[in-house]
Parts: sequence; structure tokens; C-alpha cells
Amino acid sequence: MNIENYNVNSPIFKPTLFFNRFCVSFFSTTATTTTIQVMDSIAETQRTLYPYVTGSSVVAIKYKDGILMAADMGGSYGSTLRYKSVERVKPIGKHSLLGASGEISDFQEILRYLDELILNDNMWDDGNSLGPKEVHNYLTRMMYNRRNKFNPLWNSLVLGGVKNGQKYLGTVNMIGMSFEDNHVATGLGNHLARPILRDEWHENLTFEEAVRLLEKCMRVLLYRDRSAVNKIQISKITEEGSTVYAPFSLKTYWDFSAFKNPTAGAEGSW
Amino acid sequence: MTKQHANWSPYDNNGGSCVAIAGADYCVIAADTRMSTGYNILTREYSKISQLAEKSVMASSGFQADVKALQKVLSARHLIYQHQHNKQMSCPAMAQLLSNTLYYKRFFPYYSFNVLGGLDSEGKGCVFTYDAVGSYERVGYSSQGSGSTLIMPFLDNQLKSPSPLLLPAQDAVTPLSETEAVDLVKTVFASATERDIYTGDKLEIVILNASGIRREYMELRKD
Repeated sequence: MNIENYNVNSPIFKPTLFFNRFCVSFFSTTATTTTIQVMDSIAETQRTLYPYVTGSSVVAIKYKDGILMAADMGGSYGSTLRYKSVERVKPIGKHSLLGASGEISDFQEILRYLDELILNDNMWDDGNSLGPKEVHNYLTRMMYNRRNKFNPLWNSLVLGGVKNGQKYLGTVNMIGMSFEDNHVATGLGNHLARPILRDEWHENLTFEEAVRLLEKCMRVLLYRDRSAVNKIQISKITEEGSTVYAPFSLKTYWDFSAFKNPTAGAEGSW
Repeated sequence: MTKQHANWSPYDNNGGSCVAIAGADYCVIAADTRMSTGYNILTREYSKISQLAEKSVMASSGFQADVKALQKVLSARHLIYQHQHNKQMSCPAMAQLLSNTLYYKRFFPYYSFNVLGGLDSEGKGCVFTYDAVGSYERVGYSSQGSGSTLIMPFLDNQLKSPSPLLLPAQDAVTPLSETEAVDLVKTVFASATERDIYTGDKLEIVILNASGIRREYMELRKD
């Protein structure tokens, strides 16, 4: 702990308080000088090392009228399925949807930052509103700056929206890497869902086609991602606005002969 | 108790290759449009080329978050330059700025491997090649990125510059015509795509000459 003495030879000097790192203990004034004793009490700043409560994949696609985004409602605590009603897709402002995988508490903090961003935008009251491109840029800068300080927000985010007829779908992860595409996914969704989307996505999918495509992706994730839960929420954003649909569960089929007798082709295997 | 270190890396490599070739009165800058991570392809249509000034175009491969931040810093600095000097930055000036910007983060580098191409104040093509911390030199042609080990020897074979130690100094720019140089770039990328898994999808070519700037695209193998 350092104790530093500042001698300031100005009668009009006003001491300022630095909240996080220093605390002004006392100051005495003589006729010509003001002495302030400051105690330096910096604690070693803590940084994120690993996530605690996590959400699994988010999958999103562009379709005819806008963007469709799907995520399950699970919040895992390591290998325990701790929370089963976590909403991982939220509307942002009038034009965007944000979906997140990774640390849930960091997602909630991001929502608070975006709340402030949208609030300040609304306070201008000038008829303009932040579109998905602007929100995506803000998120990218925020994630990159946290990464620069070695204290990342442990999330992979999907940001989709429509403004003035222009559809936008982008993603950004915890090291600040971002891009936009016609279909995006986070985590295991990149491995399991993107190949399906590369094969079956096309321009101007109808709403029903798009929902069926997303359900197909979520079903594969349900079968093959151990942190997936069978409680899916699909959200939609169009020029008219956003809709978060009620949660539903997918029908699964476990009577495949390969599941019933998995070692039929390889004796001794499991 | 030893300090717990992050088992998390702030870096990633998004792959890709960049090439630039300088001619007598033109400059060709090209890069593929694939963005990958590990063995995954993230997107097939990501541009690695950024126009920093009227006669300076930069292609960068490496970690895309750092590349994007670098492009933003340079754009902002160029805008300030324009406000202060009422003119565009020349390519050699931009080259020095890029070097200084990279060295500024010498102890937490931008993981970005750049080639800067453009026209100098005499209208001749110029290419500058960089490493991640800003060491640079003016050359007649260069390549950077995951495919550079495959591309560079081929360019050396086709475009070998005379030694910079010769007296009188000989021109490093290629005597090839603009169309020949663009064809060479297309050939070079088609070859690199065959053997480098991180190069492919689509090739973006930017050609700078006295009449302005032009863009061309070519499909590459998607596997």
C-alpha cells in the first residue's frame, strides 16, 4: 500500500474524488498549501477465466419477410441442466433481435448496455432509430474492447433485423470476430446446423418453409448436442416488428434400428 | 499459489491469402473471400480488401477482428489527414502510417498480415508488404496469408524483380500489361486453392490505374 502526499500551492485547488482506485483519507489546509493524503488501494482486477451458467447454440436465417431465430431455453451449470426457462433471444429496439449462447450473466449485462443505448437513441426523439447494422457494430466494438483487456464477455451473439426493407443478419463472438451472412449459428450449431442450411437455404423462403428448416436444425442439435434441451423458442423479426413465439418441444424418433442395436455392424463395439 | 492464467486466447486465425502486383501504371490487389476458424468455414463471402485512400488499397489476412479494427483506425486517421491537409494521403504516406500503427501495438500485436497496393505520386504502381508488427518494404509484388508459401515462389518465378542492390537502380515493377497481371493473379489463386484448405470460395480483384478503381470477381473451388 502506497501513501502519497500531494502538495498543491493553489488556494483555489479543489480535491477530486477518484472512486475505484483511490480514496482521499484526509486533507489539511495551511495558509498557502493544501496537503492531501491519498491511499493507493488497487485490488488485482479479476478477469473472466471460464463461464458458469451457459446457453447452447443459436441458429438464425434470413427469409422472405425478415429474420427467424431459434434457441432452446436451457441454462446449464457445467453438466447440470440448472435452468429450463431461459429466454436466449430478445428484441432490441424496433428493428433487431439478439440471440446469445455462452455465459447467461454476461448476456444479461449486454442487454443492460443495449437498453441504455436504445434509451439514449429514443431520447433524441428525432424519428430515427438504430437499425440492426448499427447495433451489430456497437456489439462488435464492445466485445473487441473487452477482449483487448483480457476480460471477455463470454458469449457468441447473433444479431438479426430488418430496417427499411433491408434484411441484416450478423454474428460476433467473445474475441470480437464478426461477420454477416444469410444464415448463422453459434457453437455446435456451426458444425451441425450450417451444413444443413448451406444445402437447403435459398432466397425468399416462406415463413412456413423457414420454420421447418429451423426445426430440422434444432432437431439435429437436440439429438447430438448434449447440452441441448427439448424446449425451443423461435423468434421472428420483420418490418412490422418482432414476435417471440411460445416455447414448444420437438417430436423425436428413437426407433431407428441403428439406435436399437448400435453394435450390429461392429461386434465388441459400444 | 501461482497466478491463474487464462486458458483462453485473444487470437484466432481466420485464414485466407492476399496478393498485390505493381505495374508501370497500374496496381492489382487481390484476396480470396473465405473466412474460416479451425476446420470450419464461417462464411464464403467476406471481403479482406479495404480502400484506405483514393490510391491506396490494403488486403489483410489473419485475425479478422484485428483486421477490422486496423482498417477502422487507418480510415479514421485518413479522414483527419484530409481535414488537416485538404488532400488525399499518398500511397507511400499511407504505407508509413500503417507501419507505425502496427508497431504501436508491438506488445499486443494486430494479428494481421497486410499487403498495401496503390499508385505513387508519379502514377507508377507500388506494393508494400508487412509483417504483423509493422516491418515493411516497397516491392514489385508480394503475397501474405495462409497461401503465401504456395503463391510467393510462383510469383518469384514469373515476376522476378532485379536485385535492389544493382546500380543503376532498376525498376521493380513488372513489365506485364494490366490484363496479363490480372490473369496471373487468377492462375495463382486457382493453384493456391487446390492445396491450401483456407483459400477458396471466391476471388476478389481490385485494379487501380489512372482512370480509377475497378473490381473483378472469380469463382474458386469451394472444398
